[in-house]
Amino acid sequence: MCTKTVMGPELIKEAVTRIACEIVARNSQVEDLRIIGVRTRGVHIAERIAVGIKHTAKEKPLIGVVDITLYRDDLRRKSQWPEVKRTNIPFNVDNKTVVLVDDVLYTGRTARAAMEAIMDYGRPDSIQLAVLIDRGLRELPIHADYVGATVDTSAAQTVKVLLEELDGRDEVIVHGE
Amino acid sequence: MSSEEITHILDTSESMKEVSTRDVKKVPVLRGATVVNLFFEPSTRTRSSFEIAEKRLSADVLNFSLSQSSIVKGETLLDTSRNLVAMGASVIVIRHSMSGAPWVLARELNSSIINAGDGSHEHPSQALLDLFTVREIKGDIRGLKVLIVGDILHSRVAGSNIWGFLKLGAEVRVAGPPTMIPSYVEDFGVKVFYNLDEALDGVDVVMMLRIQRERQEGGMFPSLREYSKFYGLTQERLKLTDGDVLVMHPGPINRGVELSSEVADANQSVILDQVANGIAVRMAMLYVVSTGSLS
Repeated sequence: MCTKTVMGPELIKEAVTRIACEIVARNSQVEDLRIIGVRTRGVHIAERIAVGIKHTAKEKPLIGVVDITLYRDDLRRKSQWPEVKRTNIPFNVDNKTVVLVDDVLYTGRTARAAMEAIMDYGRPDSIQLAVLIDRGLRELPIHADYVGATVDTSAAQTVKVLLEELDGRDEVIVHGE
Repeated sequence: MSSEEITHILDTSESMKEVSTRDVKKVPVLRGATVVNLFFEPSTRTRSSFEIAEKRLSADVLNFSLSQSSIVKGETLLDTSRNLVAMGASVIVIRHSMSGAPWVLARELNSSIINAGDGSHEHPSQALLDLFTVREIKGDIRGLKVLIVGDILHSRVAGSNIWGFLKLGAEVRVAGPPTMIPSYVEDFGVKVFYNLDEALDGVDVVMMLRIQRERQEGGMFPSLREYSKFYGLTQERLKLTDGDVLVMHPGPINRGVELSSEVADANQSVILDQVANGIAVRMAMLYVVSTGSLS
């Protein structure tokens, strides 16, 4: 078993700042931007990206939170305490540009579920996807518009994103062979 | 149910309540699952509440009531239920006049069974929605003084609520005529009052039970008017409590019997919040029994 740090605090900060700049460059109408983080870690990355957008565009976009539990495609795998946390999208998504934020892009199933959830709130003009890590191995035709870093992994490995807000430090670790 | 399990369902209900605020009030979580509502007693509120909850979770819903079922042709409850399971029902929601009927089904069948009220025994979804409503407004159940007034002996609403509120740390009082209060409730740690004015002192929640006229042939009290005089909640009696007391009722209300019309429509009344919250709580119950392994 080996453990490798693929991003430290500096690299994570750089990645978030770059993603924020790319979002502003691609979407000139910052007032129509809405940032929605996928629970749990996507929420904190979304907040950081929104702060980054404020640095470049002087305006902080509204932020929402999506919980995808009710949209998962693997519910038949039972667990003892099935937990549903709250989705909180305190704005209208109609005709807005939504940037969906998650920590890791892997199979693409979470992104699919999150998009379905957002569509139940209305009809955004477009949905773009921002992730801190793209680890490959997609099972659905989904790609990210903004990527912090791309890491080649195998299915046997796990990718762990640690964030200051939850874990006390910023680090991305890959476990396994 | 343990207090952790109750709290887990209440937390899940909070998330489910949000679904009802969306443009599209539906989530795909029970897509492809068939839920049967098997109601052997008349019920509008509970049955429609379960049906809305099932539809908001995208389940396929089948409604059975006594008059439509083969029970009238002599089929047993167990055989009816086995047939429903053979047709692919993954959850059966049952309301039955016999206490323990849901328990028998749960023991005999592999499907998940939800008790929507059995005889004078339990009405868990009502108690959970009452707990949810109180927790939502008061913040915490622990330490609250909760008074339940009416036919404690025959009420499944009272039965389940006494349990639930005690488990979550509330002080529970009951009030009513001596004929309607079973002697064993004191053993659960419940305080018994025969005088409503005394019982109301310092309470945070007053839950009025419906006088079940259809079950009152046996002469539990001399007349409705007399019951109303001694145990009806009126504006004057409400003044004996703090201003922020919650008035609850499981419905349907007999205006002018257990509850005066003004009290039913007063600011302290959360009766319609209870109904709205019922959908979220039932969604949470359906979700937890379908995807989890809680009993």
